[in-house]
Amino acid sequence: MNDLLTGVQTAFELILAADPEVITITLTTLRITFSSVLIGTLISIPLGAAITFREFRGKKTLISIIQTLYALPTVIVGLLCYMVLSRSGPLGDLKWLFTPNGMIFGQTILIIPIMAGLTIAALQAIDPIITDTIRSLGATRLQFLKSHLREARFAIMAAVIVGFSRAISEVGTAIMIGGNIKGHTRVLTTAISLQTSMGNFNLSLALGIILLAIALIINLIMGFVQNR
Amino acid sequence: MIGRLSIGIIALVLGAMLLCGAVSAEKVDTLGEHSEDRLLIATTTSLDATKLLDLLEEKFKEDTGVNVEHVAVGTGMALEIARNCDADVVMVHDRVAEDKFIDEGFGVDRRVIGYNYFLLVGPENDPAKVSGLNGTAAFMAIEDAAESDPSVVFVSRGDASGTHSREKLLWKWGGYDYADINVSPWYREAGAGMGQTLTMTDELQGYTLSDSASWGTYESNLSLVPLVENDEKFLNVYAVMRVNDETCPDVNTDAAKKWINFMISDEVQDILSTYGVEKNGVPYFSPGRGSADVMGVTDEETKDPVV
Repeated sequence: MNDLLTGVQTAFELILAADPEVITITLTTLRITFSSVLIGTLISIPLGAAITFREFRGKKTLISIIQTLYALPTVIVGLLCYMVLSRSGPLGDLKWLFTPNGMIFGQTILIIPIMAGLTIAALQAIDPIITDTIRSLGATRLQFLKSHLREARFAIMAAVIVGFSRAISEVGTAIMIGGNIKGHTRVLTTAISLQTSMGNFNLSLALGIILLAIALIINLIMGFVQNR
Repeated sequence: MIGRLSIGIIALVLGAMLLCGAVSAEKVDTLGEHSEDRLLIATTTSLDATKLLDLLEEKFKEDTGVNVEHVAVGTGMALEIARNCDADVVMVHDRVAEDKFIDEGFGVDRRVIGYNYFLLVGPENDPAKVSGLNGTAAFMAIEDAAESDPSVVFVSRGDASGTHSREKLLWKWGGYDYADINVSPWYREAGAGMGQTLTMTDELQGYTLSDSASWGTYESNLSLVPLVENDEKFLNVYAVMRVNDETCPDVNTDAAKKWINFMISDEVQDILSTYGVEKNGVPYFSPGRGSADVMGVTDEETKDPVV
């Protein structure tokens, strides 16, 4: 309990003192997480919609596989992306290993299954009567999509929040692809991991609190938008 | 449709993201890609722990304008990263693994930059009575005592690091088969870096082999005490080499050569000879310059510039 309270205290001290290293780490975290959520959403929602509204063989299996991928360990995603991004790998020429771009690549891949899967669940939960109504009103493809996304917007926004949460909280991919390089690819989670392994528990807790504070702010914003 | 205010808020959030990206990009000084003159070093946690590399990287940047970054992992992983051509330089402390790396054609231009000693640390009450024994004898004493005393525990790095390699050799020199030691009930394979291993050893009140630089960094957090130090079998030599541009054409050979010469330069060797005295009492490393005999390497390896 003592450590936890000291952790909270340290968190405030760090924020108020505007510790430059903590600022860099936080900005890097925000940049990478927001980028991967943005790109991930742009891919997952259309993908989820396409899978939901088409009939094809193996559709159930595909959805099953997507859901199975929720359980992909982050370090495995990290390892697979490492092998792809390595100079001796297929995308080596991009030179993204050990850079923030590589981390964005990895985190986007990490969160696509969960965002696509939850989008599918959200769309499948729409009352079929509504779908029939929209069809019978003669909606174009685009109108059809828009109205369904609108119907399911709360659940889809929840999917995006889950994607954001997974991205901001994961360590395995960030460490494998980023390398935790100070000032470049060190993010909140990898910094916490490092400080913990060095026994600096107060600092770790403080960084954890900062991370949660960011998540809280994002959720407040999202909640505000949802209520409009 | 979604209300105007919501769009406004989303736009604000997007704007904030881009701002974060711009500001952090400034601080990070590249847009997340390799800047043209960038040197990546794959190195060990023991070198990273003392923050020596951070200091030297700054100096090197002032002198040459090259941005140096390093990833600190176990020696095994550092060499693997280099084999994949993902690093330009490796700095490790496992002569045997280095030799293999060079023989395989991946490493060239090795220079020895400094040394210190491993040390055996353990609980204050020292149940295995290793204090005062030499390195090999201490390991034998631990094995012996552990058979009958359940409080005797040995924690291993277990991660293919330079420290782990030396630990395995010490068991071998003690006449044991590592495969047997590895499965003994008193042996705990942590699979972790030095900091974490030391923390675990502290919790378990066991023994472990540590490099002295990490020990100096973490000891104030621990109740463990050094029990065997400065034994010749504990000699820990750090070397730097560049990744062979014949096997990895994309490496930054120019900067790599400059870095190696920088490391063996008088300027850096001077820094090494005193680095850490304020925090640690004694320097973390002894400079390689002039110590070829102590380290068991050739003189050239300590001072001949790379061309």
